[in-house]
Amino acid sequence: MKMPRIHPLLLAGLVSTGILGGVGGYTFLYAEGLSYVSDDPRACANCHVMNEHLDSWTKGSHARAAVCNACHLPHGVAEKYFAKARNGWFHSKAFTLQDFPEPIRIAPFNHDRLQRNCIECHADFVGLIAGPADVGRDEARCTVCHRSAGHMKLD
Amino acid sequence: MNRRLVLLYGAVLLVTAGLTFGVTALLMNIAQRKSEARQTFFRVVELTDATIDPAAWGKNFPREYEGYLRTADTNRTRYGGSEAFSRLDQDLSLRRIFAGYAFGTDYREERGHYYSLTDQKLTERTAKFSQPGACLQCHAGGMKQVYEQVGAGGLFRGFDLVCAMPLTQAWTLVQFPVSCTDCHNPTNLALRATRPAFLEGIDALARSDAPVPCAPSIERWRRGDRATPYDPNALATRQEMRTFVCGQCHVEYYFKGEGKRLTYPWHNGLKAEQLQAYYDEAGFADWTHAETGAKVVKAQHPEFETWNQGIHARSGVACADCHMPYERQGAMKVSDHHVRSPILNASRACLTCHHFEAPEMIARVEAIQDRNRALMDRAETALLALLDDLSAARSAGAADAALAAPRAHQRRAQWRLDFVNAENSMGFHAPQEAARLLAEAIDFARQGQLALEPGRPGAP
Repeated sequence: MKMPRIHPLLLAGLVSTGILGGVGGYTFLYAEGLSYVSDDPRACANCHVMNEHLDSWTKGSHARAAVCNACHLPHGVAEKYFAKARNGWFHSKAFTLQDFPEPIRIAPFNHDRLQRNCIECHADFVGLIAGPADVGRDEARCTVCHRSAGHMKLD
Repeated sequence: MNRRLVLLYGAVLLVTAGLTFGVTALLMNIAQRKSEARQTFFRVVELTDATIDPAAWGKNFPREYEGYLRTADTNRTRYGGSEAFSRLDQDLSLRRIFAGYAFGTDYREERGHYYSLTDQKLTERTAKFSQPGACLQCHAGGMKQVYEQVGAGGLFRGFDLVCAMPLTQAWTLVQFPVSCTDCHNPTNLALRATRPAFLEGIDALARSDAPVPCAPSIERWRRGDRATPYDPNALATRQEMRTFVCGQCHVEYYFKGEGKRLTYPWHNGLKAEQLQAYYDEAGFADWTHAETGAKVVKAQHPEFETWNQGIHARSGVACADCHMPYERQGAMKVSDHHVRSPILNASRACLTCHHFEAPEMIARVEAIQDRNRALMDRAETALLALLDDLSAARSAGAADAALAAPRAHQRRAQWRLDFVNAENSMGFHAPQEAARLLAEAIDFARQGQLALEPGRPGAP
């Protein structure tokens, strides 16, 4: 069988692409990339900046009712993975470049989602107090008073 | 093959090579973060109690050491900071208030820990006046080791000897400023109190019946049999120690007796009037006021005492929480050893607990400080008015007996005003307490003036 003639540059391009795929795949596994697809709260503390949040959540009132993703991510599948990808990009960029302000604070995009999730689960009780419309107007924020419901008890 | 394909292949090659370069860099970054999280410190040198040089500690703890070195930075805040500006030039009343005392000659804002020994040698208070070795306890690193060496193993024996020797002689025993070993155990890095005057002072405080809300371990010790002294190193929690190590030096003190023994006057409690009651009982005065002849006391820097009267102490917030807040370096959490005004680091210092933006927190602090400064100005005006009246009465030939009451009022007024003025927070550590003291200072000064009015009982 006669090997087709292949241009050395094409060969080099293919080899380098293979190396990229290999190194990239290894990096993904080494960085526990698959854990981020899960709902496991430990994945949120993979890079250790969330250690205190995770620790205090285990002692908080929601530890037996809701994991990180239950409050912090949308509940629809497509929306949830879009939010995961969006947050994943910003978080890994910030952690890699070490350019985030301290203490870490929730951004508006995620704060809106958090509020919607409070209302979604507790609709029976809070339906008359606050609805999703209030989120947009930045009114009736649950966490202003219930700050330690999820984590970081402040007393 | 045509030229366009060659170019395309070349471009693909370059792009994948670049991407591989980036992915590998990311891989290494992740590996570094992971190793940081696994091993937070690496023992390069063996640290013992004999290791005084902070640079040696810095080999094992480079991040903390880097922060410590930055205490050499000078910064101004609205009312303080770490720049050695002259407080006498900034507040012209002070020269009169301290007339006849070393502080009337040279009185500067403190610089950072890095300069603690240098600045003690630079001030005219040590250059133009002879001072005792007692001063050295808080200005040099490794004093525990110096005392143990001089005392042949006995910490308090060595303390007595060094306190009594001239400061210039004591300087020959040390070479570093306030340093790691003063607050940390070299074997396990646990916080420890090493200053003898603090160990005695906190025991005296524990033996008093004054409430100490900041230190539950003192309340626990009081409920016990009190057979052994209250020992913070054995009994205090880590959170209490995060205040006590600072309280080793950032306190009111005096030199007791001929031996110039450094003493913290906490035997009745930590409030200004409780400290003054101790001084009154001991018949102590720092100096006799040059204008009025009153026996007066200079407050030093009663930060620990003042903070104890404030809301942060009651809430269990330690000095280190605001002055050495945690910061993230990679996957590590480090306590910032660049000890400084929290105003210069408000985001980390305040926002962990207070959910507002940094400018709002700074505005709150400065609102408290502006009000405190305004009250201080009133108190200074009142005190200077009393100094005027007392000097006039003295020049007019009033007898000492007739001046006793107004002089006693000067002592009380001046102590309270100076307590707030010498304290390094412009009232912030305990705003209501500072306001109470300044109100009392104004009242005592005006009472002193009334006592000098002709026709009043006891007036000259």
